[in-house]
Order: sequence, then C-alpha cells, then structure tokens
Amino acid sequence: MNKKLSQRIAFMIFRILGLMVVGILFWILGFIVYNGIGVISWEFIFSAPTNGMTSGGIFPAIVGTLCLVVGSMIFAFPLGIMSAIYTNEYAGNSWVVRFIRIMTNNLASIPSIVFGLFGMALFVNTLGFGDSILAGSLTLGLLVLPLVIRTTEEALKAVPNSYRTGSLALGATKLQTIRKVVLPAAFPNITTGLILSIGRVSGETAPILFTAAAYFLPKLPSGIFDQVMALPYHLYVIVTSGTDIEASRPMAYGTALVLIFIVLLMNILAMFIRRFFNKKLKTN
Amino acid sequence: MIEAKDINFYYGDFHALKDINIKMDINTVTAFIGPSGCGKSTFLRLFNRMNDLIDKTRITGECIVQGENIYDKSIQVDQLRKKVGMVFQKPNPFPKSIFENVAYGLRVNDMGDKKIIAERVEESLIAAALWDEVKDKLKKSAFELSGGQQQRLCIARALAVSPSILLMDEPASSLDPISTSKIEELIHNLKKDYTIVIVTHNMQQAARISDMTGFFMMGELVEFSETKKMFLNPEKKETQNYITGRFG
Repeated sequence: MNKKLSQRIAFMIFRILGLMVVGILFWILGFIVYNGIGVISWEFIFSAPTNGMTSGGIFPAIVGTLCLVVGSMIFAFPLGIMSAIYTNEYAGNSWVVRFIRIMTNNLASIPSIVFGLFGMALFVNTLGFGDSILAGSLTLGLLVLPLVIRTTEEALKAVPNSYRTGSLALGATKLQTIRKVVLPAAFPNITTGLILSIGRVSGETAPILFTAAAYFLPKLPSGIFDQVMALPYHLYVIVTSGTDIEASRPMAYGTALVLIFIVLLMNILAMFIRRFFNKKLKTN
Repeated sequence: MIEAKDINFYYGDFHALKDINIKMDINTVTAFIGPSGCGKSTFLRLFNRMNDLIDKTRITGECIVQGENIYDKSIQVDQLRKKVGMVFQKPNPFPKSIFENVAYGLRVNDMGDKKIIAERVEESLIAAALWDEVKDKLKKSAFELSGGQQQRLCIARALAVSPSILLMDEPASSLDPISTSKIEELIHNLKKDYTIVIVTHNMQQAARISDMTGFFMMGELVEFSETKKMFLNPEKKETQNYITGRFG
C-alpha cells in the first residue's frame, strides 16, 4: 500500500471516530429533548409535583438542586483554592506536597456513594445536621474538592513564572504576588474549574441520597437545615419507585431535560465569564 | 558601593561561583561577560537575593550593599529588593495596563496616594524614555507594546520604586538592533542616578556602555578592570582569548 493511501485511510478513521463522539453527544441530547420537550411548560418548571408525581412540575427539585450547588461551592471553593495555592505556591516540592497530591487523587477516586455514607455518618448523625441542605452541601463539597484543587493547581501552573519573579523583584511579598499577580492571571482558568464542579455537583445523586434529598416534599426549603428535593434524585425516584412509573415517564424525561439544560446554561455562562475576564485582564 | 567578599555559591553539589571578590562604585556601570554557564547571571542575582527562589542553593561569604551584609539574618528581603531593582532577560510585563505595570511596585510598597503614584509613574516612564510613546494609551494593555517598548516598561517599573542599584540580566538579548541601541542609550543616561550592573553576552555592548568589566569563566572571576583596559590590554590570557573570539 502506498504512503499516501495509508495516510488517507488513517485520517479517515480518525475523523470518523472524532465525529462519532459528537454524534453520541447529540444522540443523547436529541433523545432527551425529543422525549422531554412535550412536558416542558411554565407550569412544569414553576409548580410542585401533584397526583403522586405523575403530573404537575418539578420546581421544588430545581430550587433544591440550586441550593445544594451554591452550598457545596461556598464550602469547596475557598477550601480548594487555598489548598491549591499552598501546594503550588508555598510548599515547593517537598514530600508533604507529594503526599497531599497523592491523597487528593485518592480522594477523587472514592465512589460517590461512599461519600454519601460518610456524609451521613459525620454531618447527618454525628454533627446532628439531619437530612438537610447543609449536610448535603458539605458532602457534595467534599466530593468536588479534588476537582477544584486539581483545576486550580493547573490554572496556577499556567501562570508564567516570570510574573512571579517580576513581582518579587519589585519588593512585593509572596502573598502580595499571589493576590495581585498570580490569582488574577489564573482567574479565568479557575472559573473553568468552578463551572466543571458545578456540572458535577448538580448531577450527583449518591452523595445526597442519605444526606439531603427528600422523596417527595412539595414545599420550598426555608433554611439550611431543611430537607430538599433535587433533580437527579427526583429523576431516580420517578423512574424506579414512583407511585405510577409508566404515568410519570414523560415527567422523567422532562426532568432530565431541565437538568441537562441547567448544566449547559452554566457551561455557557462560564465561557462568557472566562472571555470577559480574559479581555479585562489584558487591559486592567 | 557594592562589594562581594569570598563568595562561594552552590546549586546542590555544583560549585557555581568560586571565591569571588569584587568592589563596584556608585554611579558606575559594571558589565559582566563570559561564556554561557560561567556564573555571571548567578552572581548578578545574588545582589537582590533572587537565587533564594531556587531550591537547594547555598552561599558562603558576604555580599555588602550600602554597608550591610544582605545575607545577614536581620535583612528583610522585600526591602532589599526595593533598593536593588532588576530587569530580566525577556521583557516580563504583568498582564495589566501600562499604567498599572509601573504603579505596581509603588502599590505593593505603600509608596503614596493616587496623586503621588500618578506623578511617579510619569517620572519613571520619562526616565525610561518611554513616556512620549505611551502617554496617550496608559490604560491599554502592556502586551500591546513591542518587545523593546515592553523592556523599557520593565525598566520604568523597576525605577518607579526608587532603587539605588539596577541589576540587568542581558536586558537586550531578545531585542532587535534599534531597540537594543535605545536600551543602551538609556543605560548611559541612567548612570548618573543609579549604580548599574549588567550581564551581557555581547562584548561590543559591554565595551560601549560599561565603565568596569568583569570576565567570568567556570565560576571564577578571571579578571576585573576598567573596560578600556580590559578590551585593549587584558592581563590574563583567558580574557584575551575570549574577547578576541578564540574561545566561547
């Protein structure tokens, strides 16, 4: 076989495989949209489920998921960013840092259901938060912590060292250098990490199973110690253990559609934030 | 005056500088020349303690800047770096506006209010011969400037905090000939207010701009004398070989 032909065939295969990934994504999206779009209405989004979750809407679950996302981010973000700053900017390459990195990776590989169990033992029972937004947020926060740390570390590593030396050479302290030069330069990429974690958190079911999620709770939460419905758990419930599984099937697709839409919306938002700050960074 | 007494410096096991002794006068330009890896940049970075940032380095001997041994435990490194400014090989402006780049050192060192900072930024840009080119676009990104302009911006940035000594690590090596001659002219003008120590690969440059020249080879200061004498009539054979291009 001549060189040109084999090259052509190889590229053809690569292209087909590349397109296949896109194809699969669109297939899933199309499948969900096709089956779910029928039930989407203002009423579906802004009202509580009725008739044993076979009709009505999913508003409490949307609000619940948003509460859990915000709560887990408030917890995981400062903690994750600060530990990434420590390992990347302060600690050098000592055995402590290597140990922290290995442990972070291990934390990332723990199955999410185990986080759920741990959250239940610690937050729900030992600390007495009960099944609540607080307990669920803390559990989800622990789950995404490794992701936040790793993406922040990558963002910090991407900042050229010449910025650091330039700042230090002007008499800035290490802390000033990090606050005024390194973090602003890393900010767009850190934001990407935030968005990735939001996507992860909003779709997780297992960690909130024993810590926050309610089977059916048609009223909105009034504080952080309230239990909430959440989109992924609601989806699980009406697909597997609703009062009438067949009748609630369209509601399930509708719920999946809303969940995907929220994640997609956040990704797009993140993209805009990143662009905005990238532009601002260069002129400010 | 800057002085080094019996300086030995190590990167791990590597003995990078060997028994260096030197004295440099105020308001002079001292150039260090020598082949790559001879230790001239390492030696330059001793004077604002930038080598501290590198792991597993060790130093013995004394580095005296304005009467103080800067490796003494009582020295505050950030205060030292305010006094001893540095310009790097590659222009390294911050991803900020032109104005903010120059104002940065003033802000981190708490050197005055808005008005004073604005004045100081203008003075520094004038001193760095950049003001006329940027006065109408101070709010624009520093990355919009050419390489030569960026390097002069970095010089302005270093001047803003009023150092008395300016260390320059091959400041023109990444620039085109026209930008290079501008930087050289600038160094010549800065001499009356600052003590300048410059590392360069370019021997003509050393000959053009410096009063004193030091020749480094394999971690040793082979020869240190007046630039004129060094280039016309060097004492050591190694120096002669290097500057006539027979080695290096």
